Amino acid sequence: MDFTFSPEHRALRRLIREFVESEVVPLAAELDREHKVPYETMRKLGEIGLLGVCFPQEYGGMGAGETGYCILMEELGRVCANTAVNVGAHIGIGAMAIYLDGNEEQKRKYLTPLSRGQKIAAFGLTESNAGSDAAAIRTRAVREGDSWILDGGKVFITNGGYADIVTVLAVTDPVLGPRGGITAFIVETQWDGFKVAREEDKMGIRGSSTAELVFEELRVPHENVLGKVGEGFVTFMKSLDMGRLTLGAACLGGAQTMLEACVRWAKTRRQFGEELAHKQSVQWMIANMATEIEALRSLVYRVAWLVDTGQPFTQLAAMCKLYGSEVLSRAVDMTIQIHGGLGLTRDFPVEQAFRDARINEIFEGTNEVQRIVIASNIFQEYGVRIRP
Amino acid sequence: MEFALNEEQRMFRNMFRDFAAKEVAPRAEEMDHQEALPADILRKAAEQGFLGATLPEKYFGAELDGVSYAMLLEALAGACASVAVGVATHVSLAAMPILEYGTEAQKEEWLSPMAAGEVIGAFALTEPDAGSDGQALTTRATPDGEAVVLDGVKTWVGNGQIAGLFLTFARGPEGIEAYLVPADAPGLTVGYREPTLGLRSLSFNTIYLEGCRVPQANRLGGAGEGWAIAQRALDRFAIALAATGLGVAADAVEVASRFATERVQFGVPIARKQAIQEYVAGAYIEVEALRYLVYRTAWLADQGGDFSTEASALKVFGARVARSVTNRMLQVMGGYGFMEDYPMARKYRDARMLGIIGGPTELHAVRVAQRIFAGHDLEITL
Repeated sequence: MDFTFSPEHRALRRLIREFVESEVVPLAAELDREHKVPYETMRKLGEIGLLGVCFPQEYGGMGAGETGYCILMEELGRVCANTAVNVGAHIGIGAMAIYLDGNEEQKRKYLTPLSRGQKIAAFGLTESNAGSDAAAIRTRAVREGDSWILDGGKVFITNGGYADIVTVLAVTDPVLGPRGGITAFIVETQWDGFKVAREEDKMGIRGSSTAELVFEELRVPHENVLGKVGEGFVTFMKSLDMGRLTLGAACLGGAQTMLEACVRWAKTRRQFGEELAHKQSVQWMIANMATEIEALRSLVYRVAWLVDTGQPFTQLAAMCKLYGSEVLSRAVDMTIQIHGGLGLTRDFPVEQAFRDARINEIFEGTNEVQRIVIASNIFQEYGVRIRP
Repeated sequence: MEFALNEEQRMFRNMFRDFAAKEVAPRAEEMDHQEALPADILRKAAEQGFLGATLPEKYFGAELDGVSYAMLLEALAGACASVAVGVATHVSLAAMPILEYGTEAQKEEWLSPMAAGEVIGAFALTEPDAGSDGQALTTRATPDGEAVVLDGVKTWVGNGQIAGLFLTFARGPEGIEAYLVPADAPGLTVGYREPTLGLRSLSFNTIYLEGCRVPQANRLGGAGEGWAIAQRALDRFAIALAATGLGVAADAVEVASRFATERVQFGVPIARKQAIQEYVAGAYIEVEALRYLVYRTAWLADQGGDFSTEASALKVFGARVARSVTNRMLQVMGGYGFMEDYPMARKYRDARMLGIIGGPTELHAVRVAQRIFAGHDLEITL
């Protein structure tokens, strides 16, 4: 057992921390207030290679593996949930699908500019009637010569409003359904027939785009089929596994920030003649938060290690997402409680954290879906097949 | 024991629900966005007698019993928690202390206009360094002939933007005192409005008192009686906030269960999934438990005597239920729960405020513990 980070990963964390302190921290409140995506930050992250942190160097990446990617997401989650969401949707699911199942040509053409931040990716899975039940998608793709014609639409697509590339899942054989009848496509948003229909007005992560996309006779060349025809569902589920892990990493960073804010406030705020730090109800909250954060940290980096060493990780990635999002929500809740009125005003970052954190229990597979995945895997070992 | 509402209470409840459904609910989203309580909603509430809810008929009040008043706040909060807390601030924190501690002249002067909605009440206790520790307040009350001069800063004053009267607490020669300070008193300035997480159409303001002069006759209660007045008002407000939490939580269950009936995933309405059933059932159980604790405590407050421990216990439970119920009901709605064009996100934000305003949960828990340990001859100090 070795629980230390390599010198390379430590150096990477220093690089990221310097970047976020100068480029991400100053914008954190403004993105929320002005409902603005961190477009410039994404470009700069790409320029120094961080948007390809986990991809091989031959595709413009840094080759820092899943551990490196988790470090990036932890550091972003520490200071700005919005930037973390934009980056997570871009690398973790959007580009990831191309990295996992794209062919050589597709990786060169798409993954390279995505790694460098010259293009932004989104992941087009959810539809209005296919949320947790992802296999129920209805977007249709019909073969026409060397192309596929896509008709349908997607909802709640993170980065959807400004992405250049969207990986889209569509039904190619309604009879086969998710087992052989669903195919993934790489779609360029500049193509005719692609439309951003609306932007959602969300409670939190207001510095991210959550868009409804509409496809009307959208022509996709056959060479943009991602993976094999009929195997798109598997590609998408594999991408989500990766996204789940790093979502947990971003929650880890967010929770750590909450803990630090609580400690700072509790040691300065005086009530009843002493600092809040001397109140046992505050001490309990701090102790609970810190314990959960340490457990989450161990889980996140253990799963990153499983990925980097080629071992199975699906089950633990689901746990990362489930546990990470709940640890963050509990941490934010306690942070509001410790800050009192200061936690309820938009003038201070705690209020924003409360609105931002809640989405982690919902997107990239609701926590209910994670529980279904986890329980199914366990029962499967005992020969019982669970259907959602 | 009698658990049924009487005929009058049932009639009132229907009236409250009608008002909330017709006048408040359709505008709740807009009010949240615009961050203002529309004057016509308050006017209509006054016409119905809601702004003098528990005041005697003598002052044009509706003379509601405690349970009916709780049901009023419950109904309003189901539509919009800001309206409920605005009414509760006016009635429980401002008007009721005047009724309880005021001289006949003070009652004559203030209560009728308050019941008519011509004067909206506010409660100015909290200061930057006196939050949970209200007794640490430093606003000064200096007697000067027939007048008293107030100097200090108050924060988080609910209804601050629209109030005509501030029940203001300050430190006088004989301890903490309460003063009736009209909004137009010279030296009173309504300042910064907090941009809050929830209850956004309710205004929470900083109030500056700079050489603010009011007649000595505006002191409410006796010399040094201010802290007792504040505590009594906060006890009433604790019940009102729990009734608000009840309304928010009950409506959240209603909204989420309707959604779960209509939302189809995996070929069935998600209401058929056991996880959803557990969320909704758990929420319902908490709401029912809260409902009877609210009504019981409201009834207790009507019986006279001290109800502070019960009110604190209720405040803790009410805030917790509102928080946990809205949290789970938001989860039932998935992504739609997170969108501001559905009502759940607002309810979730509103509910979170209830664990802090009116005194944080931890403070009320200590007050409950004080009573428990007093029974064992052990005094707990804060």
